[in-house]
Amino acid sequence: MTEPTTVAVLQVRDLVRHYRLPRESLFKSPGHVYALNGVSFDIQKGKSFGIVGESGCGKSTLARNVMALEETDAGSVKILGNEVVGLSFDQLRPLRRHFQMVFQDPYGSLDPHHDVGWIVAEPLAALGPITQEERARRVTEALESVGLKQRDAHKYPHEFSGGQRQRIAIARALITHPELIVADEAVSALDVSVQAQVLNLLKDLQDTFGVTFMFISHDLAVVEYLCDEVAVMYLGEIVEKGRTEDLFSAPAHPYTRILLDAVPKPGSGKKRDRIKLAGNVTGQTEQRSGCSFQDRCPMARDICKIDKPPLINVGPDHTAACHFSGELREKS
Amino acid sequence: MNSSTSLSFLARCRRSRSFMVGGVMTGFLLVCAAVSLFWTPGSAYDISIANRFLPPSSTHWLGTDQFGRDIVSMLMTGTQNSIAVAVVAVSIGLAVGVSLGLLAAARRGWTEELIMRFSDFSFAFPAILSAIMITAILGPGGVNSILAIGLYNIPVFARLVRGTANAIWTREFVMAARASGKDRFRITFEHIMPNILSIIIVQATILFAIAILAEAALSYLGLGTQPPHPSWGRMLNEAQALMFLDPWQAIYPGIAIATAVFGLNLLGDGLRDVLDPRLSRKR
Repeated sequence: MTEPTTVAVLQVRDLVRHYRLPRESLFKSPGHVYALNGVSFDIQKGKSFGIVGESGCGKSTLARNVMALEETDAGSVKILGNEVVGLSFDQLRPLRRHFQMVFQDPYGSLDPHHDVGWIVAEPLAALGPITQEERARRVTEALESVGLKQRDAHKYPHEFSGGQRQRIAIARALITHPELIVADEAVSALDVSVQAQVLNLLKDLQDTFGVTFMFISHDLAVVEYLCDEVAVMYLGEIVEKGRTEDLFSAPAHPYTRILLDAVPKPGSGKKRDRIKLAGNVTGQTEQRSGCSFQDRCPMARDICKIDKPPLINVGPDHTAACHFSGELREKS
Repeated sequence: MNSSTSLSFLARCRRSRSFMVGGVMTGFLLVCAAVSLFWTPGSAYDISIANRFLPPSSTHWLGTDQFGRDIVSMLMTGTQNSIAVAVVAVSIGLAVGVSLGLLAAARRGWTEELIMRFSDFSFAFPAILSAIMITAILGPGGVNSILAIGLYNIPVFARLVRGTANAIWTREFVMAARASGKDRFRITFEHIMPNILSIIIVQATILFAIAILAEAALSYLGLGTQPPHPSWGRMLNEAQALMFLDPWQAIYPGIAIATAVFGLNLLGDGLRDVLDPRLSRKR
């Protein structure tokens, strides 16, 4: 991996987060959900970094930990070179202007009891006192940058459609002029046509303001459209990471290959030679030896049950954690 | 609030029959209490042996009792007494109970455990029993009965608020507020309170009815309002001995208590429909 010459906007190192389950009995030690097991990646300024994976792979946990919304068990998260793990909530507050979040559900993420102006200004208000004029000016600026109007500030969330609500949520994230916006399934709850509008808006914002995105999604098409780099997660680990075009054209991990095969493609109508994924995610509540994907992998052999494959370079800026990456790339 | 919300709010008020009927009944009692502050048709205090057991007439609309006091005037002054007791008792419950509930939801952990176990403990005693116990310890009297009813209200509010506030804490807009750097105290005021306000109002209305009933019960037992102040409960008590001589003396305060409790319960139900349409659909 090449060392970045500038400071990355977001640098995550060996992030670990284990949730304790409630005790089943007084005499048993409580179990754990191993949500994140050592995740590392960098996001450079002005880039879009996609994180894909199925439900329960730790994507949202990763977002919450990057946003410092819960205690991290181990590892490091640096935003613009500032370590955020271990800081108290109050110490963290001034740093929060640099990283904001857009949530999945535009119906749940806006408080119905406040008007849009109040909602959009919330991150500013949280940072400290601000004059009425300054607040109004910044709200107008943020609303206009997402294609809404100044007069919308006096309306309430229920007067808007899902797509417009997500624009409001994006305006809220933009108001502090952040470097990094973490978008957790930000378009998943929207209709396809509205999804496209919001994705284009995100691209425009990136061109205009140079915002960096950490974009979490289960939708590969969306990630392919928006992101410069992609990381594929499985059971709290990154199993493959690389530039979007490299990863989509020559996947080096069987899980990535399966995810890509599952995307319906228009055209020929011929039966494609594709690998299907069997079973459900297993192994969230146990730590065992070998590859995390061993139970469902069509290529699994004996070594996969014993040795955990490390993330190794398979190309320029392209890493994968599989014993048989080479074999897989030759076939495709 | 903007025009479209307030319009639909009024429309919902008109559509809810229980809100309208309950509102009228409660309003009538409030008017009686207010008027009794400066005018009553007769005297609720003056004893006049010559005028005992008078039948209804133009001077004594519902007649007089065994001491010659005007029954309408006693009922009206009794309304004032009941409402005053209920207002103070519910306010005690609101102030302490809501704060404890919000604190439990905001802090979680052992703070929540402590507050909730304390609530469970006080819930274990039936309301009227704990009220009797408190007045027995502190001595009978108006103020002590208010205190007893108020103390009973605290865990009711604490539980309700903690439960509903916990549900709001899991919502995404609270997470968004956390992500902007707002602390738990500020989120409680800016997000939790507005979102549970309607539920608190509904509960307060219903506890208001329970407080009126409890005050009447305590006064009936001689533990609440003391003579010579008129109170519905004491009127019932005094009429009990005369049940076969003059049953109307027991019926009038009975009607007053029933009207207050029924009216406030209807109003509470109506308010639930009006303030939170989602809740009423689940019933």
